[in-house]
Parts: sequence; structure tokens; C-alpha cells
Amino acid sequence: MSSLQMPKVDNAIMSKKDKIASDLREIINSKNVLSNPDELRPFETDGLTAYRQMPLLVVMPETVEEVSQILKYCNENKVKVVPRGAGTGLSGGSMPLEDCVLMAMGKFNKIIEIDYENRCVVTQPCVTNLAITHAVQDKGFYYAPDPSSQIACSIGGNVAENSGGVHSLKYGATTNNLLGIQVVLMDGTVTKFGGKAMDAEGYDFLGLMTGSEGLLGVITEVTVKILKSPEVVKAALVGFPSIEDAGNCVAEIIAEGCIPAGMEIMDKALTKATNDYSKAGYPIDAEAMMIVEFDGTEHEVEAYIQKTKEIAEKNNSSSLKISKTNEERLKFWAGRKAAFPACGVLAPDYMCMDGSIPRGKLAEVLNEISRLSKKYNLPVANAFHAGDGNLHPLIMFDANDKESLRKCEEFGADILKYCVKVGGALTGEHGVGIEKRELMCEAFNDKDIQQQLTIKVALDPNSLLNPGKVYPILRKCAEEGRVHVHGGKTKFPDIPRF
Amino acid sequence: MSMEEKQNSQTSLDFNQNIFKPTSREEIVEIVKTCYRKNIPLEINGLKSKNKIGRNFQSEKTLDLSDYKGIIDYKPEELYIKVKAGTPLKEIIGELDKNNQQLAFEPNDFGYLFSGQSNSGSIGGVVSCNFAGSRRFKVGSVRDHILGFQGINGKGETIKSGGTVVKNVTGYDLSKLVSGSFGTLTILTELSIKVLPKPETSKTLIIKNPHLKKALDFLGKALSSSTDPSGGVFYPDYFGKDFVLNDLTHDGGLTAIRIEGPTNSVDQRANRLSKELGLLDQELSILDSEQSNIFWSRTKNLEVFKSLKSNLLRIVLPMSETLQVIQKLKNFEIKYFIDWGGGLIWASFDQLNTKILSEIKDTVKKHQGYITLIKVEEDLKASADIFTIDPIKYKISEKIKRSFDPKRIFNPGKMYTGI
Repeated sequence: MSSLQMPKVDNAIMSKKDKIASDLREIINSKNVLSNPDELRPFETDGLTAYRQMPLLVVMPETVEEVSQILKYCNENKVKVVPRGAGTGLSGGSMPLEDCVLMAMGKFNKIIEIDYENRCVVTQPCVTNLAITHAVQDKGFYYAPDPSSQIACSIGGNVAENSGGVHSLKYGATTNNLLGIQVVLMDGTVTKFGGKAMDAEGYDFLGLMTGSEGLLGVITEVTVKILKSPEVVKAALVGFPSIEDAGNCVAEIIAEGCIPAGMEIMDKALTKATNDYSKAGYPIDAEAMMIVEFDGTEHEVEAYIQKTKEIAEKNNSSSLKISKTNEERLKFWAGRKAAFPACGVLAPDYMCMDGSIPRGKLAEVLNEISRLSKKYNLPVANAFHAGDGNLHPLIMFDANDKESLRKCEEFGADILKYCVKVGGALTGEHGVGIEKRELMCEAFNDKDIQQQLTIKVALDPNSLLNPGKVYPILRKCAEEGRVHVHGGKTKFPDIPRF
Repeated sequence: MSMEEKQNSQTSLDFNQNIFKPTSREEIVEIVKTCYRKNIPLEINGLKSKNKIGRNFQSEKTLDLSDYKGIIDYKPEELYIKVKAGTPLKEIIGELDKNNQQLAFEPNDFGYLFSGQSNSGSIGGVVSCNFAGSRRFKVGSVRDHILGFQGINGKGETIKSGGTVVKNVTGYDLSKLVSGSFGTLTILTELSIKVLPKPETSKTLIIKNPHLKKALDFLGKALSSSTDPSGGVFYPDYFGKDFVLNDLTHDGGLTAIRIEGPTNSVDQRANRLSKELGLLDQELSILDSEQSNIFWSRTKNLEVFKSLKSNLLRIVLPMSETLQVIQKLKNFEIKYFIDWGGGLIWASFDQLNTKILSEIKDTVKKHQGYITLIKVEEDLKASADIFTIDPIKYKISEKIKRSFDPKRIFNPGKMYTGI
């Protein structure tokens, strides 16, 4: 594992482990406080498995009141807290700290209310994303944001990361589908932001909390919008002789005023890998392959599919298939959705990057990725939420080989820097976490980051809630770059740390 | 000396004037830095279309951003436009029109209410107030369309958040926080806004119906149907006459539901919806695109309150509560209409005083909603809370205010005491 600097371990806290555990056992059911290393082990990492750290303790509260009391206790005793939902995050947002109490929200797993009149669902945070849709689909409703991990990821985690998915072009990310949350702040204050009404009064704390990666509060209840399921959904599978043609086709579809429900592009490497893996019937000779999906009424979908066909042909499409049945449409998606396991077959490990770029820069960015792939001598396959410019290069490497991991991380960082350079963003939907923390200075200057840190301090003055995530440990952006620890010595030990 | 400081020292600011009309960011920075140093409160204005909304507050100087305008970058194929904050909304809409695109959140034009004629304001003002129009339930609020911004905080530092791409979760989403903050957190200088294609066709089903209960039933069914409407309003009898159009000669109460999209799809969905709602021919009129646009524009402009002298309240609440709240509000002399498919009430009160207002607030709060006083008489404005807030959120708001504007020099007290 590559060494990433985390906030200084508080030895006083480490030495009081037993006392803290027994205090917490006074607050909540004693069996919900875990302190034995064997019990802690399952919590040492999240979806970013290259980084692991055992927490000091794990607490599994069952009520909002317990969450509030634990946070209050930790705040008063200066104990760091790391909140965790399902642990599927890809940027290390819930990776524990050595001296932290990891707050596992797994027991908050019930849907509280389904309200069809107001078209919303009120739920506890550790209900999975997909479970919300399952709960309302009998009545023809669904919850729109659909991150790939929707079968396992929790709705509270979705709020913390502002998760997207293949349908966010048309339906937005979590932030656009959220009506309200209940939050516990680090000092134990319980409050609600938003509710069942469409807007809330005053400052938009709901918007601030969404995507704040567990740094500002612990989410204990979530109210999401549900939508009526579309009547018809159809997809087209289109092959292109070049990435440029595919990119132009995407731009033209958007320019024509069609907003697809989803629009995905995969490069040749990923098309082949996923086709081998899932036998999806992809055009494996094509340099780029696009899946474009429309939903709505029959006439609407037909009109858009027809338009897409014309635009694709104009842009030299080499093959075009339109789904005739729902099964066929799902088969189109099966390959794309198996992108991760398909890459797992090709290499011992892969790292999934998550940059956002202007749609029009796709060809340029993919060419640069291909150049970097040669430079670092690591294979890469690319998936792209083309509609909203969210690029997911999958870099293949061997985690057992330290040099390979180092190269992979540098390769990934170079890609993200390039995304920012062409007018994009470091992360489209996976969050910054620890993974992209040191790259924040690529996107923001010192003043921008200071403004954000001031907000953090306003709500968590002792910086105890999920510290060491999102923002560079070194305070000044002048000290940019990934921080490595050499021989246990850090650079600039006197600079204040957040 | 940094590049920025060098530039600042080159502008020569005459600080004796009471109204500043900057044309460059450097000037704004210098004004704010001076105000910060000297503890001088600033009132921040764009085109003053909504500056009467909010509490009265003391300010020594005014920052007029109406000359800080212009389109910086418009990429129709990337679905965004980047503009300076003082740019008139009208200018932006005109530019988008050329590419058949739009700001889907169709913000209210408060000019009719406050000055009897259109004044849709500046984009900075639109974002600062976050009042979205009839498409709210389908496309979100103003804040859902802000991709990023650049602003000046209370210390005179230039800060930014977000960018020009739709998917961006890098750092806290400050674009949300500044939307609806009424200029109390930051002076917006640049805004990147998501734009969307205009629908090919718009049709509006007008159902002749004077009863609120029935109207809410229609709206609820429409919003829960797969016909995907993009607007739903109810006007009681007394407002019907304001909507006499070529295809709408009935002048009583009406429920209107808008369907937009490709032409053949709109026809199909409009037919389907009228069947799903069980409508008879004699109770239904259908407005074509042009008349439909006129209808929704009048709604967006709050034209039924054009000659209203005072006491307009904006009440946001879960749609399940609307009927009960209106029934309770009928204890007072009110005129109202319903927008957002049932989730928003615009209500005028012939008489309003502190006591009545507090009753109304209690009622709305009980029903999980909140009130904003949009236009009230001056003496009431001086004593009443314009916005609603609870003590916990007030405390948090105070902290957030201080984190952006430590000396509270931006519109101090416009939203709440000290904020």
C-alpha cells in the first residue's frame, strides 16, 4: 500500500481506548460497541481497497438519540469520528483513522414512510439505493439516481457523496432528487434540513450537506423524490470507427435537443473485455461503442430513436442496433454494467478513476489517456457517461507490486489533472475522499479551499468529524502534490493540519 | 506583492461616493476590502427587481452591479452559459433563444408586482433569491441549474466553487449555499448555468373548475401519471377573467396542466391525460403552443397580482397539506392561486398585521411548510419576520454567515437579525 499521510494520531486517545469503549457502552447497547481486532477488521477499508486502516473502535447506534449522544461524547472528549454507510465508496471517504470511533450506520436500515401523495419516500440512511425503487415499483414508481453499486450502496452514502449514475443526464444526481435530511452535527445537535415540501427556508443546508463526504454531519434520515416509471424505454447500440465520430455524435444528439435518459460510450478495449465477459453482442471491431437510451411515451421514444439513428449515420456509425424488447435492452446494458468484473479478468487489480470533462473534449482526453498509458506502461480501458461528461478510465495494475501501484496512482492523477486542464472536474460522482485529496489544489486555489475549510470549522470547530478527507492535509496549496511519508517523517510538521 | 494585489492597487477608488457601480472584478474587490477594513455595511443590488423582498436594514454604501454584465462564454453543445452576475436575465434568454435553448427553471418576473411592468432582473439576483417558476416539480429550482460560481467573500477574497460541467462533486457544493442567500454570503461575480433545449411543443389542458379540492385532485393525478407534465396551477373564480385567450373564453376558476416535448408525443400525452382525469369535452380547453406560452408567462410574472398594493405571501408546503391550509387561510380576506402542481401558494391578504401573520405562520408550520413575505406594508415590514427560521437553524446560519462574511458587511440583516 502506498503511504498516504493522515491526521496525526492522538496518543492520549489511543491510550484511553478501554475507557472510551466503556463510556460508549454506557451510552448504547454494549454489544453495539466493537473493540476486538477481529470485530474491527471488516471495517478497515471501503470500496477503495488499496488503503486500509483499523479503527480504534466501532459503534453501531440504533437510534438518532444514540447518534447524538455518541457525537456529543466524542466532541467533548476530542475523539475523531468517521461515519460509514454500506462501505462501497470508491474514494476512501469512510476509511477509518487509527484513533477514530467508526460510526457504522448499518442498523438504520428501515424505510420509514412511503408517501405517494407527495411522491416521496422517507427512509433511514442505510437502506440501499435499489431497495427504495423495490419498495415503490409495484405502484409504478422508482427512485431515479442509479449508481452502479445501487444494489449495495446506502442512500445515506449517496447523499454524503452526491452519487450519480447512468441516468443523471436527464434526472440529475442525488442532490437534485433529495427533499430533506435529518442530520446530527458533531456537537450532538439534531436538525432537519428540508422535508416533504419542494424547497426549504433559509440557507440551502440540504445542498451544502449533499456531497460533503461525512465532514459536516451524520445523516440519520433521508427524504427522496420518487418518479413515475416511464411507459417505454428503448436503447440503441451504435458502433463507430473512431472516438472522434462517437464524440461528435454525442454532441450532435444533445445539440438537436434530445436529452437521452442515458448515453454511454466505451472504448475498444472495454468493449472487447465486457463482450468477452458478458456476451452482450457488442460490435467488437468498432473503435468506440455507444449505448443511448430514451424513455417516455411511445411516440416520444420513437421520435428520439429515429433522430439518433439519423445523427449516428451522419457521423459514420459502423453498426446500429435498436432494442426490440426489454430483455434485449437489458442485454445491451449487461456488458456496460459488468465493466468492473470484466477488467478484473484482464489484470490482478484495477483502479477506477472518475473525472468530469466537457463532452466536446472526449477525443482529446482519450488520446491523452492513451499516451499516458504508453508512458506508464499500464493498460487502460475507458467507460464514459457521455451525456454528462463523466469519464471512468479503469487502470489495470498489480497491487502486490508496489511500483505498479505507484505508477497507477500517478497515471490516475495525471488523467485527473488533464480533466481539470480541459475545463472539467477532479471527480464527477465518486467524491474526493482520500484518493483525490492532494489533487484539490489542481481545481482550487488557496482562497477557495480556505473558504471551504472555514465552513467546516464553523460546524465542527475541533475538526473531529471525518478529518483527513477531501482537503489536503497541508494547509497551503503551495504544498500541492501527493504527500508521501518517508521513514515516518513528514515535511513541514509545524503547519496546522485539518 | 501578488498579481491580484498589484491589479488592485492600480484601480483608484473614490470612496466618498455612496453608490458604487463597478465594471470590473478588481473594483469590486477593492470596494469590499475597503468596507471590510472600515466596517462599512454594503447593500448589494442588481437590477432592483426583487430588492424590496427581505428585511429592511441599515447600509452606508450601495454596490450596484448593473454595469458588471456580459456573457463570458456560451457553449450550446455543452449545455451551459457563463455570465457576469449583473447580466440582465432578458439578455441571457435572448441569447439562448437563438439556439433554441432555455433556462428551464423559468424564474418569476417580480417587475409586474413591484413596478407594474416587466423587470426580470439580473441573473445574480435570480440566483440570490432562488424563486423558481412552474416547472419546479419537474426540473428543480434555480439552485439545481447552477453549475458553478465565482464570488467575493466578506474579506474581499475571490472564491469559486463548481465549474461548467454537470457532474462535479469536488468539495462542498457552495453553489447551492449561495443560491437563495439574498446576497448575505458573497457578492456573486460570475455564474455558470445549465441550459436545456426548448421543448418543440407546449400544450396546456385547461379544466374549467372552480373547486380547489377537485383541482388538487386533478393536479395530484397528473403529477403521478406517466404523462410527465411540466406545469400545474389552479386559479380560483376571481382570477379566471385574467386568462381569457383565443382558445379560452371561459372566465371562471380553472386548473391548468402543461405538457411539453416533441409534437406527436405531446398530443399523445395530452389525450391520455384528459382520459386519465376523466374529463368531458365541455369542461376542457386545450391551448396550443403560442397560447400555452402566454398562459405560463402570465403565471410566472404573477400578473394576477399586478395591481396589488401590498401583502403578498409565498407559501411552500407539501402538496398533501395545501387544501387544509387554504381552508384555514380562508378565515382571512385572501386571494390566492396554486402553482407547482399543488406545492406552492401565492396568497394576497387584504389585511395583515403581526397577530394575523403569526397565526398564518403557525398554521403553515403545523403543515410542514414555510412562508416568505414578498410584498407587505412598510410598518409591518419593519416589525415582522420576512423569512421563517427555527432557533437551531438560526444558530447554524449565523456561523455560516460569519464563515463567508466575518464582519457582516453584506446586506446585514436582510434575512434575519444579524444575517
